[in-house]
Amino acid sequence: MAILIVADHDNHTIHPATLSVLTAAAEIATYTNNSELHLLIMGHDCQPVVDMAQGITGLSQILVADHQIYQYPLAENIAPLIASLVQTQSQAHEGDGQGKYSHIITSAGTTGKDYQPRVAALLDVAQISDIISVESADTFKRPIYAGNAIATVQSSDYLQVITVRSSAFVAAPLSDSSLSNGNQVAVVELAAQADSGKSEFVNAELTQSSRPELTTAKVVIAGGRGMQNAENFALLDALADQLNAAVGASRAAVDAGFVANDLQIGQTGKIVAPDLYIAVGISGAIQHIAGITGSKVIVAVNSDADAPIFDVADYGLVADLFDVLPVLTEVLKAKD
Amino acid sequence: MKILVAVKRVVDHKVNVRVNANETGIETSNVKMAINPFCEIAIEQAVRFKEQGSADEVVLVCIGPKDAEVQLRAGLALGADRAILIRVDEEVQSLDVAKLLHKVVQEQLPDLVLLGKQAIDTDNNQTGQMLAALTDMPQGTFASDIVFTVPNKIKVTREVDGGLVTLALSLPAVVTVDLRLNTPRYASLPNIMKAKRKIITVIYPENIGVSLSPRLTTLKVEPPPTRQAGIKVADVAELVDKLQQAGVL
Repeated sequence: MAILIVADHDNHTIHPATLSVLTAAAEIATYTNNSELHLLIMGHDCQPVVDMAQGITGLSQILVADHQIYQYPLAENIAPLIASLVQTQSQAHEGDGQGKYSHIITSAGTTGKDYQPRVAALLDVAQISDIISVESADTFKRPIYAGNAIATVQSSDYLQVITVRSSAFVAAPLSDSSLSNGNQVAVVELAAQADSGKSEFVNAELTQSSRPELTTAKVVIAGGRGMQNAENFALLDALADQLNAAVGASRAAVDAGFVANDLQIGQTGKIVAPDLYIAVGISGAIQHIAGITGSKVIVAVNSDADAPIFDVADYGLVADLFDVLPVLTEVLKAKD
Repeated sequence: MKILVAVKRVVDHKVNVRVNANETGIETSNVKMAINPFCEIAIEQAVRFKEQGSADEVVLVCIGPKDAEVQLRAGLALGADRAILIRVDEEVQSLDVAKLLHKVVQEQLPDLVLLGKQAIDTDNNQTGQMLAALTDMPQGTFASDIVFTVPNKIKVTREVDGGLVTLALSLPAVVTVDLRLNTPRYASLPNIMKAKRKIITVIYPENIGVSLSPRLTTLKVEPPPTRQAGIKVADVAELVDKLQQAGVL
């Protein structure tokens, strides 16, 4: 039996979330007589990703489908390829019970959320979203109701199709593959399937940022409606520079147009679990709290002493954020 | 053009949910129910397409108990034309929801199926994608903009991790909507009255040849670990001091 991990990448580098998925997959393997871990890379001109994957410990096979139709992760093209791997593997090894995939697992980013349920439906099995812990080979914990309850669910399917909340699992180590070339992982080239012809990529507008990525940053500073306008987010940027932090936002700040939507933290945005989370001018609606409760230390700066954010904050400062932010930035600068 | 919109009845998003005493689920007695907020955005979008003349008919479909008629009436009051209620009293899992919707799609033959990107109770984010797989339609998930272009095509702008991505899909297609797509309207009193005369067709899974087969068993539902109550600090200096002691600065 093997576990198929689907890599999240941009044709150049592997997304760190994939390393957290590897940890989850390795945990599952401990319940399945140490299944082999296979990494699937679908992309175009994605050799750098394959080279990088050689630096992941614990893999026994890397499957690569490098073709133009996988340049952008279109669910219509990706899902049938993943589903076919399960089907051919199970037929080829029928009887000996070896080599058949027991789990297909990927990160719960927007790409995984897009194709993984499509894979599950093609294979007529359930999909288990956003797991935060592995209880056994078929039993997992996942948050429901915006994280206000944790459900333990057991699957009765022959195959588990799973997305992983990456912030709930530590990232597996990634070594420089050029140093470990004595231990090459077998690479299997896969033929491309037919293009579905039903969807095509038109264009992308990606947010450019030199800051750490929101979901993997050690420190996150987020602003809410209290920031009042887009220009004031410069105050958070200045503080973020001092702390090498990522900047996020509440839904109110995104809806008001202060920042781009991909910075939204919460139930319907990104889930973060940094060492330090600083909420500035955020009242703390349940939907926002859902995205931050995994943080080690939460700091809240809010002028409203009754704001619900103070119920979850380790350190709260009741003050005007426009007074606090410049002082905090100066104090940290002085410490450098 | 016909648009089918899937609607789910959920605990209102403002309710502070509590896990029930025997840890089998959420306390739902005497809790306010509502249309899932993402479904409301899907209805609004369909109604706007009708107002713009790009759609002729907006049909709602809901899987749920008899009381779900309340949410369907609310959806009809927003401007949908008619509704279908698939009567099921127990909870239906995503794959079965997709199979039931698949049958409705085969019967109604919509050009576009709109769903919310996720239900705020189960937080699964699966049904639209599963329906697209079963119907072999293209999918545009997490849509923040939908534009009809050349005949039989739509452009869908999606909210993805790094920003926005636009896809062109052939119709018929399945699109799941994100928060930023629109702001749903409030139903006016005359429209609420008009909605009472609109037709809700009730069908049962067995009528359309679907037998439910749940694959997941919920063993336990528990409250999340609670965070230790924090402290209030007096000023920035004390805050920095505390953060240094905690080892995060």
